[in-house]
Amino acid sequence: MPDLKQLYESVVSGDAKATQALTKQALADGVDPLKLVNDYMVPAMDEVGRRFEANEYFVPELLISARAMKAALELIRPLLTARGDQPLGRVAIGTVKGDLHDIGKNLVGSLLEGGGFEVIDLGVNVTPEKFIATINEKKANIIAMSALLTTTMPSMKTTIDALKQAGVREKVKVLIGGAPITQKYADEIGADGYSENAVGAVALAKKAVTAA
Amino acid sequence: MHPLIQQLVSCGPVITDGAWGTELQARGLALGDFPDAWNLTHPDRVGEVARSYVEAGSQVILTNTFGANRIRLGEHEAADHLAEINARGVEISLKAASGRARVFASIGPTGKLLMSGEVTAAELRMAFSEQAQALAQARPDGLVVETMSDLEEAKLAVSAARETGLPVVACMVFDSGKDKDRTMMGTTPEQAAQALTEAGADVIGANCGQGIAGFIAICRRLHGATERPVWIKANAGLPTMVNGRAKYSTTPDEFAGYIPQLIQAGASFIGGCCGTRPDFIAAISRCLRIN
Repeated sequence: MPDLKQLYESVVSGDAKATQALTKQALADGVDPLKLVNDYMVPAMDEVGRRFEANEYFVPELLISARAMKAALELIRPLLTARGDQPLGRVAIGTVKGDLHDIGKNLVGSLLEGGGFEVIDLGVNVTPEKFIATINEKKANIIAMSALLTTTMPSMKTTIDALKQAGVREKVKVLIGGAPITQKYADEIGADGYSENAVGAVALAKKAVTAA
Repeated sequence: MHPLIQQLVSCGPVITDGAWGTELQARGLALGDFPDAWNLTHPDRVGEVARSYVEAGSQVILTNTFGANRIRLGEHEAADHLAEINARGVEISLKAASGRARVFASIGPTGKLLMSGEVTAAELRMAFSEQAQALAQARPDGLVVETMSDLEEAKLAVSAARETGLPVVACMVFDSGKDKDRTMMGTTPEQAAQALTEAGADVIGANCGQGIAGFIAICRRLHGATERPVWIKANAGLPTMVNGRAKYSTTPDEFAGYIPQLIQAGASFIGGCCGTRPDFIAAISRCLRIN
């Protein structure tokens, strides 16, 4: 049986190959897949987040750790699904209508996946109708919206209003982020949460599903 | 030093321009519309913005070509008009300047992240090269690689821009980390200044990302890490939304109040980014005349 502490280390250092190999070995040795996630990988991503907050890690390190986590989850997720384990939550993520910027949105998406969420990436320039359809058809319970421009921020409000109109606002938690966004703006438009960075977004999503 | 840059900085700090996007919106550019396309559809209004900066005292104005690279244009289904949008952008600014200001043509980021694997270095290099050549055809005085978050992308853009033989300004966004003194990718002002100097940029700088107060230390650090002149374009604070429109908190006079400190910190080119308007440039101009 491999030393599982190495699994933790490989996620923290962003070594996707090692993470996948260690996961494969552990699963072959009969370690419970959920234990791998909860006891090693999630704490590893928490450590990555801590280092980010402490200015030891920046976006490149976040990306490679999320990639390592994803490599392992590709092996683990089918096993969890097969036995009926549900993901932590189902997030429909997208950059709002009128906005084509996707770097921040992609980063948040990767970290949410790494954090145990199922992520449905709707891409950029996402209309309110598309968010609504994803809630209805894919049973998303979190809507995560991104905007980089002050000129496209109002699309967040438009989307929240459209969710209300469609009668699905209560089915989801709405989280928002992007360079010009503030907590004040989130409060004003009636979003459930705001994070100024991708690491905070994962904590926010976890809080949202436990509060629900 | 490039002779034109030498000539410009030898007479003291050079005043550049302020924001363009918000000025175009004030003239009817709709939410989500692609500003660069207005070079073809509304050249008169783009020209008004350029002229308003020249009249406010800008000695260097930019062009409405920030997003006119193949990758971004493709997202707006405008890639077929790449050469025209860039050439017209330069022509509009040159006409507005009519000899009273220099025109440095703007090259912004592609919006794709190299390390995510969605784009290759060769594709980025090609996109920047194509835009730089298209701009150079219309004979601007220089090129500005701006609002870069990723040093690798910035270096590719600088290398492409240099091939035109025009002087090249390269500036990055420092808005990350606890002290907001790193790029999104964690690069410090010192690292950026050294790498961009090595890449051959003639002027090194910082723009966007935060209000002007935060630029003093960044300017000092850039200046300390390179022999090249430093270019600074700060935001007018961070926006708040009022009735669906972005409102920036810093006033022109407050903004201009930081100019002496910026000059002391080594800035040679000074202007504004998001939220700044011609009245900000006029305030900087007044401040420099007094000092």
